[in-house]
Amino acid sequence: MATNKVPRDFKVVVDHEICRRCQRCVRGCGFDALVFEGRVKEHPTNQCVACGYCMAVCPEAAIAVTENPMAYRHHGAWTPALRRSTLKQALTGGVLLTGMGNELDYEMVFDHLLLDACQVTNPSIDPLREPMELRTYLGRKPDQVEVEQDEKGQPRLKTDIPPQVKLETPITFAPMSYGSISLNAQKSLALAAKECGIMWATGEGGLHQDLYEYADRACVQVASGRFGVHSEYLKRAAAIEIKIGQGAKPGIGGHLPGEKVPLQVSEARMVPIGTDCLSPAPHHDIYSIEDLRQLIYALKEAVDYSKPVGVKIAAVHNVAAIASGIVRAGADILYLDGFRGGTGAAPTIIRDHVGIPIELAIAAVDDRLREEGIRNHCSLIAAGSIRSSADLAKIIALGADAVAIGTAALIAMGCHVCQRCYTGNCSWGITTQRPELTRRLDPMVRAEMVANLVRAWTEELKEILGALGVNAVESLRGSRERLRAVGLTKETMDVLGVKQAGV
Amino acid sequence: MLHTPLPFCTRGVSPRLDVVGALAVARGVGLCCNLKPGTQTGCPHVRIDASGLHYRKLNKMVRDAVAAGERHFELVNVNGQRYIGDGLDEEVTIQIHGTPGNDLGAFMNGPHITVHGNAQDGVANTMNRGEIIVHGHAGDVIGYGMRGGRVFVRGDVGYRVGIHMKAYKTQVPVIIAGGCAGDFFGEYMAGGTLILLGLNRDGRPLVGDYCATGIHGGEIILRGQIDEFNIATNHARIALLDDDQRQALRSHLHPFCQAFELDADQVLDDRFYRLTPISHRPFGGNYAT
Repeated sequence: MATNKVPRDFKVVVDHEICRRCQRCVRGCGFDALVFEGRVKEHPTNQCVACGYCMAVCPEAAIAVTENPMAYRHHGAWTPALRRSTLKQALTGGVLLTGMGNELDYEMVFDHLLLDACQVTNPSIDPLREPMELRTYLGRKPDQVEVEQDEKGQPRLKTDIPPQVKLETPITFAPMSYGSISLNAQKSLALAAKECGIMWATGEGGLHQDLYEYADRACVQVASGRFGVHSEYLKRAAAIEIKIGQGAKPGIGGHLPGEKVPLQVSEARMVPIGTDCLSPAPHHDIYSIEDLRQLIYALKEAVDYSKPVGVKIAAVHNVAAIASGIVRAGADILYLDGFRGGTGAAPTIIRDHVGIPIELAIAAVDDRLREEGIRNHCSLIAAGSIRSSADLAKIIALGADAVAIGTAALIAMGCHVCQRCYTGNCSWGITTQRPELTRRLDPMVRAEMVANLVRAWTEELKEILGALGVNAVESLRGSRERLRAVGLTKETMDVLGVKQAGV
Repeated sequence: MLHTPLPFCTRGVSPRLDVVGALAVARGVGLCCNLKPGTQTGCPHVRIDASGLHYRKLNKMVRDAVAAGERHFELVNVNGQRYIGDGLDEEVTIQIHGTPGNDLGAFMNGPHITVHGNAQDGVANTMNRGEIIVHGHAGDVIGYGMRGGRVFVRGDVGYRVGIHMKAYKTQVPVIIAGGCAGDFFGEYMAGGTLILLGLNRDGRPLVGDYCATGIHGGEIILRGQIDEFNIATNHARIALLDDDQRQALRSHLHPFCQAFELDADQVLDDRFYRLTPISHRPFGGNYAT
């Protein structure tokens, strides 16, 4: 029935003059949106999602994906996306799913913040000639440090330092589970983390045996479904993270459909093949800060207090008070995920309308923890649309110790942000478990690209620090004085603790 | 710290005792040696008086002793200490006298724990392997995310028991409670076997509301009269046990009855209902594709 058709978002245009009919595009499309009938054509029903794979593999640049301009007549309020989703729901009666981070045009606070630089009175530092200290330790720091002298008169640390994770640069990879992404994608992150001396994170999908050798750089996650969580998983890790929430879907559980649970995923998650992996919205043993403390210490006991235990939450309205409770509950690392944070699958309505920006959340939490004198009790990781080293520097100036990057790392691996991760058809082999797709992703090659991104941001961060006239990232942490705002309201600037530019 | 002097076993005073010896632990011969016939190599056991001990110290003593090769423990005067057996991978036996605190046997992977008393919340939280026997009642959230091993509770259990239990290959967790249970029994259940017997029921409801909500694997077996109102019939199918299933139940109940000295025939002499998932994907249809 023509009336029931959801119009196409995109049109695939093939230049048949130069197309050599090799069909790489047809075979390459994970969504089966192309067919070959003497020449390459769009599939009559399967729709192109603009993942860009066909364009990348076409040897003649004969194929192009464009927006379908005449799908809907222009209307300021009823955007094409709204009309499309309304029709989709009328046809199915279901909750709309999506992938990646919030796609709506909310004001981006980062883009209204500008960094300072030294001129004349306080000379800048040249990072090409002078060392820049970016090394970052994640974990609880003691309130004070005592030093004593050893037998030879050398200074020795007397204070017991709680367990820390050492990062060579203040960047980690965001937790993305095996199941939501492919093993090759996870391996790429693990390899890149090893190469760069940073940390990757398992997400709630367990740790596949193939990745055990990278476990010492892994933050293993304990989420409400407890998939793949066992004592060896905890004991091999660099750090442990209790996942309470995710920026893309605060207050919402996870749901890995049975189709994305083939043999290997089932082994890592320790569930039967083809079973739905339902992670309920709450942990059923956590209904309060006291309960959270109980789980934090259950994990610390399980690993004999040998590694930091963190808590990941989505940035929501009362985030500062919540953060204070989490830190007092004994979390060594607090991971804040802003409302633009990515996901493998979330209800669109939640992703696009729930949570608060990470910039405001970090500023509010850093303020609150300082006011209460407990800022040193935990490290703050900021996530949720850290798009460049500028965002990295700005969020550190707002109070974060380090950032976690998910989408940026996936883009470095080939992701085109088509937002169809939940379908399991990713042509790039990232968010799929289909073997013919995952084998496209060579972990060695992709790890190098991800590592390059981390190296590039690290170099840029050094340049920024040099311009600021400081030689350690520690000197930028929470230094709001080095930021100025353009085009923000007084209220926003108050929350950020940032002055208007020109002042 | 108090410690009760016990006769030392003449066979087993080894140098590794030093590790725990410094912590004023008395070694003696006790119950645990009779628990696992054939594994009596470490016949003498470590006895720890837990009075006034913080859980962190108590558990550290146990962990250090396990690392030093000790295999049998008797913890006396336990009074609310949390996390006993947490994260232990070794097949040790731990006899607990008193009331252990929350998260008994969390992330546990092998030990056999017997509680001579009641247990509190979070017993067998995310447990992978091993056994916990409670000669009393147990609190809320028993066996959350449990993947293997078994838990036997002689008396009642609280709310949210067996939530998200799951099975994997040969790891099939079993929880058997002799008494009654609160709400959310077997919620989100993904695998394994949950058995609720309702012995000494005295007219109380066997199970609270929302039993088996979101069940997508495993089985729940309920003994005696049940009220369909309590059960999530949109997710669970209810049937009486057939003969094969009764046989399987008998093999589950055998060690339970042995542990608590109950007559298995008497326990089995009632009607048993079995709840199984209607779908392995209870929420699969909720989404627009």
